[in-house]
This record gives sequence, C-alpha cells and structure tokens, in this order.
Amino acid sequence: MSVGRSLFAATLAGALALAVSPASSQTLRYANQGELKSLDPYTLNESTTSAHLGHVYEGLVARGKDLKIIPALAESWETPEPTRWRFHLRKGVKFHNGDPFTADDVVFSAERVRAKGSNFQSRVPADAKVVKVDDYTVDFVLTSPNPILTALWATWYIMDKKWAEANDAVAPTPAAATTPSYASLHENGTGAFTIESHQPGVKTVFKANPNWWRKPEHNLKEIVFTPIANPATRVAALLSGEVDVIEPVPVQDIERVKASPNATVLTGPELRTIFVGMDQARDELLFSNVKGKNPFKDVRVREAVYRAIDVDLIKNRVMRGLSTPSALMVAPEIFASKDFTRPKFDPDAAKKLLADAGYADGFEVTMDCPNDRYVNDAAICQAIVGMLARINIKVDLLAQPKAQYFAKVLKPGGYKTSLFMLGWTPDTLDSQNVLHDIMGCRDDPKDPNRGEANLAGYCNKQFDELADKVLVESDTTKRDLLIKQAFELSMKDWAYVPLHQQALAWGVSKKVKLTQRADNMVMLYWATKQDE
Amino acid sequence: MLAFTLRRAIQAIGVMIAVGIISFSMFRFAGDPVNQMVGMDTSGAERAAIRKSLGLDDPVIVQFGRYIGNAAQFKFGVSYQFRLPVTNLLMERMPATLELAICATIFAMICGILMGVYSALRRDSWLTHIFQAVSLIGISLPTFLIGILMIYLFSVTLGWLPSFGRGDVVHIGWWTTGLLTLSGLKALIMPSITLGLFQMTLIMRLVRAEMLEVMRTDYIRFARARGLTTRAIHFGHALRNTLVPVITVAGLQFGSVIAFAIITETVFQWPGMGLLFVQAVQNVDIPIMAAYLMMVSLIFVTINLVVDILYTIVDPRLRSTVSRAH
Repeated sequence: MSVGRSLFAATLAGALALAVSPASSQTLRYANQGELKSLDPYTLNESTTSAHLGHVYEGLVARGKDLKIIPALAESWETPEPTRWRFHLRKGVKFHNGDPFTADDVVFSAERVRAKGSNFQSRVPADAKVVKVDDYTVDFVLTSPNPILTALWATWYIMDKKWAEANDAVAPTPAAATTPSYASLHENGTGAFTIESHQPGVKTVFKANPNWWRKPEHNLKEIVFTPIANPATRVAALLSGEVDVIEPVPVQDIERVKASPNATVLTGPELRTIFVGMDQARDELLFSNVKGKNPFKDVRVREAVYRAIDVDLIKNRVMRGLSTPSALMVAPEIFASKDFTRPKFDPDAAKKLLADAGYADGFEVTMDCPNDRYVNDAAICQAIVGMLARINIKVDLLAQPKAQYFAKVLKPGGYKTSLFMLGWTPDTLDSQNVLHDIMGCRDDPKDPNRGEANLAGYCNKQFDELADKVLVESDTTKRDLLIKQAFELSMKDWAYVPLHQQALAWGVSKKVKLTQRADNMVMLYWATKQDE
Repeated sequence: MLAFTLRRAIQAIGVMIAVGIISFSMFRFAGDPVNQMVGMDTSGAERAAIRKSLGLDDPVIVQFGRYIGNAAQFKFGVSYQFRLPVTNLLMERMPATLELAICATIFAMICGILMGVYSALRRDSWLTHIFQAVSLIGISLPTFLIGILMIYLFSVTLGWLPSFGRGDVVHIGWWTTGLLTLSGLKALIMPSITLGLFQMTLIMRLVRAEMLEVMRTDYIRFARARGLTTRAIHFGHALRNTLVPVITVAGLQFGSVIAFAIITETVFQWPGMGLLFVQAVQNVDIPIMAAYLMMVSLIFVTINLVVDILYTIVDPRLRSTVSRAH
C-alpha cells in the first residue's frame, strides 16, 4: 500500500513538475549560411562566429537587445581616473565544467587575447596592464585614455584559466595552426548554452545550461545548428518546417516566405554601410585608359560620380525596397545623422562637373566588386555601371567571389583597385573605427594601422587630427561634435560615395519569437518557441 | 599480362602527377587564403606572419615540391578553415558520399535496366513514350534544378521527405550510415534520385539499343525456333548478353558519380566530401582542395586500371592481342 502510495505520489509530483515547468522544453533548429569553424573564441574575428560562440561564452560586458552595453560577467565598473578602469566581477558564476569564475580568469583571458595567433588582439590595448585587485576586482591600467574601451568587449569572451592550462590551450589557436587544438573543438564558457556535440561544417548541438547565472528568457532545451549554404535549400527547409530560424533569407524570396502559412521574415536595417570608393592616391589609375594622371584626384570628378549614382533607384529596383540610403559612412544607430542629407542625384550637374574637369567625353575605368559577400552586391555594381555610363564614364565591371576580390583590393594585395564597392560595420559600433580604418591616411609613420582598409587612399591631415581627438575625448557632447566635423570634412572632399545600409532578413517560423539585433547577430537566448 | 599491368600502373602514376601539377597551379588563382582565415580588420603585420607560417611566401617550386612530397605520403596537412587534419575530415565525410553514390548507382541500374528492357520490347506502348520523355529530362535538365524542383514538390508542398541533411546516422566503427534509421533512409531518397537520374537515362538508352540489336541476332531466332518461352528468351538470353557493356559503363561512371556528387551535395546540404570541397573552394582552403582533387583522380585512375585488367581476364580475344603485341 505504502509502495503504491509513494509511487502515486511520485507520479503526481512528476506530472506536476511537468505541468508547472513547461519552460526549457523546446528544440530550436537553426540554419545559417555560414559554418561554425572553430570553437576557440580568439581564432576568427567575424560576427557570425562570435554570435554562435556568444551562446556559450560571455564577456565582461554584453550588448542588449538595443545594442546598448550592459553588465555581464562584470557587475559594474567605474573609471576612478581616465586611464584606470575598475571592474567588479559577478560572484557565484561557474564555468560549464564547474570551475568558479574569478579575477584570475580575466587576467588570463586578457593575456591570451593579446597573444600571438589571436585574431582579437586589438580587444585589449597591447600596452594596457591588467591588475588583479582581489578575487572579484580587476583594474585595467591604460597608457592613454580610451572612452570606448568596452565597446568591443561584448565579443571578447572570458575563458577559464584552469581549464586552458589543464588542456594545453593557453595559447590561442592561430589561424595558421598546423595541429588541431583542444580549445577549437571543446568549449568551457559561462554562457546560456553548452555544446553537446560539434561536427565542424555539419552540425552543432547546444544544450541549455541549467546553472546559468542569468534567468533565462528562452524556453529552449537545445539548439540544433546546421549550416545550409545553398539559399534555395535553406528557404525550403524553413518553409517545410524542418528548421525554425534561417539567416539570411535571399531578397527575392522574402515575399514568398512571408506569404507562406508557417513562417515569416523579420527585416530591419543592418549596421553595415555599403559604399563606393575611388582610388585617389595613385598618380595614375591602375585600370583605366587615362594615362599620366588620375581623374579621381580631381574633386569634381568624385562629385560627378557621387551625383550620377541614384541610390533610390538601387533601393527600389535592386534591393526591392530593403535598403536605407545613407549620407554617412556609418549607420544612424552608430551616429545620429539628422544633420546630414545625401547630396542630390543630378546626372546633368555630374556631366557638367566632368566637362569642367576636362573629361567631357568621359573615360574608361575598371570597377572591382564582390559577388558573394553583400546583399545583391554584383547587381548593385551592375546598376552603377549603367548610371555612370550615362555621364560617359565607361565602367568595365569585374565582379568576383570574395576570396579573389579581397585578395586583390585589400592591403596585402596592394590595394589593386581603381573603383570598388565595399561594406563595413565598425565592430566597436562607434564612428571612430571608420574615421581611423577607412578614412585615415594610409602611410602614417606614427600609426601604421591607420587607413588599413582605406582602399580609396583618401588622405586629409586635418581629418586625421580630428580623428585623433575623437579617440581620446571622453566628453560625449564634445566627442560627437568632433565626429560631426570629421564627417563634414570628408563630405566636402567627396571622399567616398556611401550607398545604403542593407536590410537584415531572418526567416522565422511562426512558432518562434525572437529579437532581431541590428548587428545581425542571431542571439537565440532571447528566443521562445511554442509547443508543437 | 604482368608487363601490361605494370605499363598501365605507370601510366596511372603519370596521370596522378599531371593532376597534381594542374591542381597546384590552379590554387595560385584561387585567392589569398589568409583573407578567409582572419577578420576584415586584421592588421597587415598579422597577415604577413600568417602567410609566412603557412609557407606561402616560399618560391613556387619549393611549395610544389613540399605539396607533392606530402601528397605521396597521404599527408594533406591541416585545413585552414577547421584547423583539423584534412585526412580526418575526408574520412569523416567519405561514408556520406559513398553511401549516396552507391544508392544512386543502384537506383540508376535497376530503373535504367527495367525501363530499357521494357521500351525495347514494347516499342509503341504509351509507357515507352513516357520513359523516353523522362530520359530526355534526365539528360537535359541540370542536376541542381532537378534537386530544387524535387525539394519544392516533396518537402515544401507535400512534406513527405526532408529537404536537407542525412537524417539520423548510426556509427559503426569509424563509418557512419543513414541506412539503418527511418529518417536516414528518407533523407537518401531525393539525393540518390537526383544524382542517379543522369546515369539512369544513360543505362536505359544503352539497354534499349543493345536489346534491340540482340533481338535481331540469329541465336535469339534459334531460341525462338527451339520453342523457348518468351521470358526465357528475353531475360535468359537477350538481357544477359546486353549486360556486359552496361556493367562496364556503370563501373566507369561510378567515378563520375562520386565526382558529380558535388552539385547534389550542395543542393541537399549532404555532409559529404563534395560539400566539403565546395566550401573549401569558397574559403580558399587549399589543403582540402588538394586532397580532394588527388583523391578523386585516384578513384578514376584505379577504376580505369581495374576495368582494363578485368577486360583482359574476361575477354580472351583482348588478351591474345596483348600477348601478340609483345
């Protein structure tokens, strides 16, 4: 009798437990076009990889749903002096293997992230000292003030010192590793999920971490991630209900997915700015019929190109309405741009400018363009070719896969381009990155990294001075004013032709609710899924 | 006989070296692997260090020597993307590709032979016309289109079959198989048909032509005169005699089924070697590309070598010409 009763009680308790905790019971299946290549969080600085690993690892700070910096492993922080940042660490946090999280792990991670072979070396300044004050307090001592020190830290993930030492993973897995490393196949973070199995390029299974310090907003038991590179297959998998979330949905399929009974598309502006650049550094263009001089050195020619490109037409025809034409080289979420308007599309004025510059009959030039990197990239370039033809600039389009494209146009390839299209998201989510990397002078002896991605070779010393002031200015109002002045200067120089911010498009099953963030990082710890 | 085999083997090695040279020279146009390995805002100094550690700055001839030397020992290095030994990656993906290729070949053989025999015997039946139309589609429509059409019909519209992947797999030692689970079997259907459709058409047309030819020969007429049943004549005599060329073609085609699996695997996200190769090309993962190309050429060369040797064993006339040539 008593056995029967306790059995009954146990069954009842079990049933109750099931009834009161429907949470954490769902499996969410997610397909992305890219793969999760390495689990080592310091190997590849790329947003999709960082998003995947953000389910497993956490930084001292995180980015919230609105991209604002919020506390994560650091509970709070202050700057007692401009060059000293003090972080108070969260107590009681455990890594997935049970090790407690302490200041030693932060000091260790700061060393590892700056070590040779890390792709995230710029996360912590090389000359910064990381000092353990006590078990739950860490100081970062800088050599010069840096108001945006934490801007990149949402993707600087903290690793377990003890675990790394025990598994011979103290050094980061370099991109050119010749032997596989433990950390690239295993994880030990503090985050919302653990990785149960990981077959690179095939399938990765995440399990909800029951000991997560945050109260989960998701109701997932596991996430099954599959890379599906073929866009048509990816969309078919969503429509047939085999996966719940896909990223991205090709522009031409958005209406079809929206019309389907069991899925919809979340769209929104992305932070990436797509722009066109003209080589204004060389004395003679590499790929043009103009010899002995460089037409793009003439500010009138640059203005003519700017005014000849109709971004609204690109938006309506090529992007099917899914782009936000931009006056600035950064998205409005990064720098509010109400003071800036895009100079008007005016092909007649453009023709006149060209004639004034001595190119009434136009000239020929080759344009470099990727065809598998941005939304409809090659189609945008094709449209631009047509628009420039109307002002007699005959463009020979060279659209290539990103592997070949980047090899040709980036710094290691010697910036071999005369006219190009590129997209850029400042990973700090701050204008300073663009002022420094894209628009700074290339051959600055004091700062060799300045202008690293300045494929156009735009150079204005006055502009660089402003950018340097922006770097150290802590007062937000003054800083914004400096940024504004810098952008005004570059617009006066017609340095680049910003086109638009492309749109994000995530395909989501109607059973799933999730938050879309403008940096295109799919964070499924905010996802909930209804019962089947 | 031994001399013949040896000569063929030496030719095979020559082919392998030629493939090695061609593939190596192709890699120089594939793009810069370092760009694919690091994020956009990686500094130039860091990139240069990676190039150096990969040996990409060495003279071409040194790189080629190292490549051939390693390939001869089946050492293909570590994948740039996954940081795993290429040999492991290929071995992990091989069962998926082989299973798919074998299923596709079996499908092509069975359907192709049945359809071929039927359309040879009942030349004016309406079913024959349908078979002919199907074979026309199989030969003229590109594989990826057939795959996508099937996905939309059977996965999206009808919801019968999975649109991607291998389903659940069972591990038997290092081999993984989808043949033992229901979802694995379901996942095999569409990729196998897509991959095998072209071979099926080929076999069907071959069987039909051979069959028509054989049916006109004297021994079939004799068989008829002897009063054998139609079934015995058709299947015991006619079909058996048409099968020799069919098996040869199917055997030779097996190599290209594995090689052409690239497209089918991409469409169905089939985790095989072809998909691995396509991803490697997109990411300029030279170690995987090199290993895959060498492996495919090895499969082709081996199959051809075996077929050549089998010919001389099976067909005495060939053997006599060979020995007379000496």
